[in-house]
Formats: sequence, C-alpha cells, structure tokens
Amino acid sequence: MELLSGGEMIARAMEDEGVEFIFGYPGGAVLHIYDALFKSCKVPHILVRHEQAATHAADGYARATGKPGVVLVTSGPGATNAITGIATAYMDSIPMVVLSGQVATHLIGEDAFQETDMVGISRPIVKHSFQVTRTEDIPEIIKKAFYIATTGRPGPVVVDLPKDLTNPHDKFEYNYPKKVKLRSYTPATRGHSGQIKKAASLLLSAKRPIIYAGGGVVQGNASEQLRVLARELNFPVTHTLMGLGAYPASDRQFVGMLGMHGFYEANNAMHHSDVILAVGARFDDRVTNTTGKFCPGAKIVHIDIDPAAISKTIAADVPIVGPVDSVLNDLLAVIHEMRAADKTLPDKDALKHWWNQIDEWRDTHGLWVRPQYDTTTPFIKPQQVIETLCKVTHGKAYVASDVGQHQMFAAQYYKFDEPRRWLNSGGLGTMGFGLPAAMGAKLAFPDADVACVTGEGSIQMNIQELSTCAQYKIPVKIISLYNGYLGMVKQWQDMQYDGRYSESVYENSLPNFIKLAEAYGHVGIKVTQLSDLEEAMKEAFARKNDLVFMDIHVDPHEHVYPMHIAPNGSMRDMWLSKTERT
Amino acid sequence: MMRHIISVLLENEPGALSRVVGLFSQRGYNIETLNVAPTEDPTLSRLTLTTIGDDHKIEQITKHLNRLIDVVKLVDLSEGAHIERELMLVKVRATGAQRAEIKRCTDIFRGQIVDVGPSVYTIQVTGAADKLDSFLEAVGEAAIMEVVRSGVSGIARGEKILSL
Repeated sequence: MELLSGGEMIARAMEDEGVEFIFGYPGGAVLHIYDALFKSCKVPHILVRHEQAATHAADGYARATGKPGVVLVTSGPGATNAITGIATAYMDSIPMVVLSGQVATHLIGEDAFQETDMVGISRPIVKHSFQVTRTEDIPEIIKKAFYIATTGRPGPVVVDLPKDLTNPHDKFEYNYPKKVKLRSYTPATRGHSGQIKKAASLLLSAKRPIIYAGGGVVQGNASEQLRVLARELNFPVTHTLMGLGAYPASDRQFVGMLGMHGFYEANNAMHHSDVILAVGARFDDRVTNTTGKFCPGAKIVHIDIDPAAISKTIAADVPIVGPVDSVLNDLLAVIHEMRAADKTLPDKDALKHWWNQIDEWRDTHGLWVRPQYDTTTPFIKPQQVIETLCKVTHGKAYVASDVGQHQMFAAQYYKFDEPRRWLNSGGLGTMGFGLPAAMGAKLAFPDADVACVTGEGSIQMNIQELSTCAQYKIPVKIISLYNGYLGMVKQWQDMQYDGRYSESVYENSLPNFIKLAEAYGHVGIKVTQLSDLEEAMKEAFARKNDLVFMDIHVDPHEHVYPMHIAPNGSMRDMWLSKTERT
Repeated sequence: MMRHIISVLLENEPGALSRVVGLFSQRGYNIETLNVAPTEDPTLSRLTLTTIGDDHKIEQITKHLNRLIDVVKLVDLSEGAHIERELMLVKVRATGAQRAEIKRCTDIFRGQIVDVGPSVYTIQVTGAADKLDSFLEAVGEAAIMEVVRSGVSGIARGEKILSL
C-alpha cells in the first residue's frame, strides 16, 4: 500500500478515474494540489483565464464525449466564479466533478482570506456535494463524486477540499476504490414492465402520434433506440433544444425542433396529437407555452430517469421511470410482440392521414423547405450564415453556441444528424458558454470541425479564453453574428416594448474583433457581403491549425421566427414573421 | 390543501439537514414544523416535517426529497393511520386563585407542571398539534409568558415501519 498526501491522492485519483483533462485555475488553497499535479500527474491541465470558462470547457467536453468534465478551482473567488458554470451543467444534467479548494480546516468559519462557503453557495445547483474532513477519505469521496455525477440523472458534484488536508507532509494509505455503493442512492435500472405494456398499447392505438425527445436521449445514449423505435412505428419525431441530433435531422420523420422558437410543423403536430411519447424531456416552459392549453387531445407517455421530472408541469398518463435506453429497448420488444399478434397495428390509414397533414404544415411554413426569411434585403441574414456553416461543415461539426438569437438560428438551421454535436446552454441560458464549451469539444476531438456560434454580446462574456486557445493551440472557429445589438433582447423590445431599446445597443463601443483576434495570435476574417460568405467560411475551416474569428455582419433587425405567442397561447399559436401569425 | 406529515430517514452527515431545508425554500414549499434527531442507528437521523399543499405539490415535495442523495427513505405519514405527537413547554404567570385554575386546566389536558416558582408555572403538554393549540386557548393569552414547541413527530400505526 502506497502512502500519499491529500494533494497526491487527488492527482492519482484523476489518473485512476481515466480523466482526460482537468480544466482549472490555481490559487492559494489549491497550491498543494497543483504541486502534486506538476510532480506526477499524467492528466493534462488546461489553464483557463477565468474559472467560469473552466466549468464551461469541462461541460462542453462532457456534452461532446459523454464523459464527466473535471474542474479544479481555488477557494473564495475561484469557487464563486465557477458557480455560473455549475448551474449551467446542473440545469442541463451534465456530468461534472468540481474540486474546489477551501481554507484550512481550523480557519473555516472565521472569515479567513479567500474563504467562502462553497458547499452552501453551490447547494441548490449541484446534484450532490462533499466537504472533505479527513485526508484518508479523499479517494472514496472522489470515487463517489464521479459515480454520482455520471449515473442516474447526471449532474455536477462539488468536492470541497480544505488546504490542510492536501498538505504534502501528511501521508496516508491510498487505495482507489473500484466501485462505491451508497445506500441512499439507487438510480432506476429498468422501467416497470406493466407501465411499458400500457405505453405500447397506447402508442399502437394512436392515430395522431408524436415522439417528443429531449436531452435525456442524448445524455442517456439512447439515440439508436429512438431511431429504431421511430422507424418501426413510422411516427414523427420532434426534438427539444437539448435533444437536437438524437434523431437525424435529415430524416423525413424529423419534424424539427419544438417550443418557443420551434418549427411550425412540430408545434402543430404536438398540439393536434392524440398520443405523445415524451422521452428524456421535461415539458419545460420554453416548450409548453401555456400549460393549461397544452396539447388538449393528447395522452402522454413520459419516460425519464428522474421521477421528479415526470408530471411536474404536465401530468403524464403513463409515467415510466428508468434509463431511456433500456426502457426504449423494452418498449420496442413489447411493440414487436403486439404487432406480431395483431398485424393491423398501428393504424396505417390514420398514420397516412396524419403524415399528409404534417407534410402540409411542413410545406406551408417549414424552415427547411424554402427560406422563411426575407431574402430581398441587402444584408446577410443570420439564417444564411448558419445554413452556410452547415453546408461547409457537411452537417458534421461540433457546434457550441452562446445564448441569444444566434443560438436559436443555429438550432433551427444547422441540421444535426448525430447526437452530442450540438452544445448549448438550454436550461440556464448562459451567455459566455460558447467559446469555452467549444474548447472542451475541440480538445476531446482535435480532428473534428468545432464551431462556436456566437454574437458580439455573448462572445465578450468569455473572450479572454482566446488566450487559452493560443496557449494550448485550440483551433476552434468562432462564427460571430455581429448586429450591434443584444439581438434577442432587442427582439423582445421590438415586440413587447414598442422598440424602446433599453440598454441593448452597443453604439460605437465594440472592439475591432479582427484586430482583437490577431492580438492573441489568431486569424480574423470579416464578412459583410453575402457573396463572400461561403468562400470565407471555407477558408476558415481550411485553416486547420488556426483559430479563426469570423466577424460576420448580419441584418441588425432580423427576428427569430416562429415564436410562440405568449402569454396565454397554446403550442400552435405562433408569430411566423413580423406581420404574420397563426 | 391538506397538512401532511413527512417523515424522512436521513444520513446523519454534516450538511444533510441544510439540503432538506434548502430544497423547501428553493422550490417555494412551506415547512410548518420541523424536528430532527439521530435514531438508534447513529449513522441515521429521523427528520419529521409538516407541510401544507395539494396532492400535486406533496408529490413534488416527496419526489424532490427522494432525489437528495442524503435521503435514504421517506414516508408521508398522513397517507395512513399514524400517531402524531408534539411536546410543548409553556411558562405561565400563576398567582393567587389562578394557581389552582391553571393546575386544573393542566390536569384536564394531562399535562404536568415541571417547574414551580412563586409566581410562575412551567407546564409540559404532549399530544397532537391541535390539542396543544386548545391548551393554549384554555390557559388564555394573558397568562402565557413563553411557549416552546418541538414540532410534530410521528410514527405509523401497526406493523408498518420506516427503516433501512
């Protein structure tokens, strides 16, 4: 048995856990740990420029790979700076382990230098947290942290480490457990077979069915099962913002994203459906519009690993708690049996009629059928930028997004055929997420195209990471849609505040982004003409080893449509353009 | 809207209680009463709280409590036959003729006078929450100097138990 200090235990545990990257920032309370990393750890550490970026980078890595992201920050401001990123991961159920330094045990509670109650501050935004009180416990606590973060409904776990417990002179036996068990934590491993039978017969009796699949399908690695089930039944599939890519966008059965900025055909199909199969989705307020008017004729089957997500906002008729992959497998098996016994199921005539209706909706206002935006203006349309990005990267890039109009355009116009390609802060809506998340994905997949779709507002929230990208040579492509406004804020101000642009205008205060990129040693490309767009983007992606900052000037007055009419609207009530509504 | 008694077996770990209490404030649920103490197994605490809400809210509360890693098991005692008890200590002004009156009242409620001073009684009463309310009403506001209540504890009737 080996004797290690607390700091060495952490370094070793990272290796034993198979961690590929640690995203972090040193400081007083974690210096023992950083010294141990320096001396012995094989896991590379990425020094970010702000702790928020460490959490987003770890998050982007986790979303792209499915493995937990790892963050190491110091006490006090290091810990508080990590909070936004932890909350972002929590809202989207992303596995993450955050190791935060803490002042020495004897100083806790004395308002010591750089002391903050990290366990307390992070409590509402973590899946769980640990305050380490004995060095000997470190290996087991770290194992538990990874176990909790990655199983059940994933989420961030904080491990708070007082400095004295990582002291290099105090050594203890190190034995990294292969498995841990918690008597109070047993995530479901299978769905209830009786409920699955009920779900199967409900689905097979449906005349106007729809599959509504969310981020749980991505996080639960159930894309394949979803594809098989949807094709077996010939049911339409819609995705939440978080689910994009789980079902291939280029497939005929995909009817687009649903919700506030969802597709006309998706929102209508939801509203008029008689059976909804909700998989790893949580009936978020950005999906349902007014809950009292939500899909009035629909029976709902709801599959989720988290019982608390079921019947939270919309009551489920058939709730099924379990991992989505195993439940979908079981459901498929039961459906095979039922169809073998009764070959008329599901009702093919009804489905044919339903598909005709959906195709009609798709044909009238579908975003991918013909441009639903005005192509006669002299400006580059933001939608065109995303369409070009999708074309140039063959729909195969990892696309990290910030938050705002550009995010919605990316969700609408980039056709994701694979899961884990679309990395965005859906639940918390964190501006500043994009660039560090793209870094995390690019580090994980150095040969893949990785784009950060952003705006001049969001990018400035973590623009310091251009320096990190320079240090570690992380050649992501930044697709910045420049419109001179906080676009989504402006859109709401246009629509609800008579165009009073309260604090959403940058006037002449924005930097020259090309020079800024160049100042960090990167490449900048400015695009103002539509005719230059595709060539410029091709050039950007051809520069495999350069970070390219594309500063693309787009129509400053464009809005994102469709847009749910609220308050008091239903799923099908939408603005389709500035003047046209359903 | 009904009052529910939710009884929770909790890991006896630092911070576990704050997770439970934090959940209630974070999600806008009310706690009417709360008590907590270790069980015969020192690694476990038993926490009992009362809250008011409709069925949907209570379902959400129990689901979210179950989601907490430190929560081992829980039961909504109000769903079945159960025994509910609360302990109350009341300090009352007791002089002259009042001394006998208060003593009689205490006897009626099967309370005990646990401390006696020249002008003060301290009375202990146990029972369901509404019994304690009635006692306070019977003694009268004017006499009451101080009230301490433990919050509700409860246990299911019959064979049903909440344990590992």
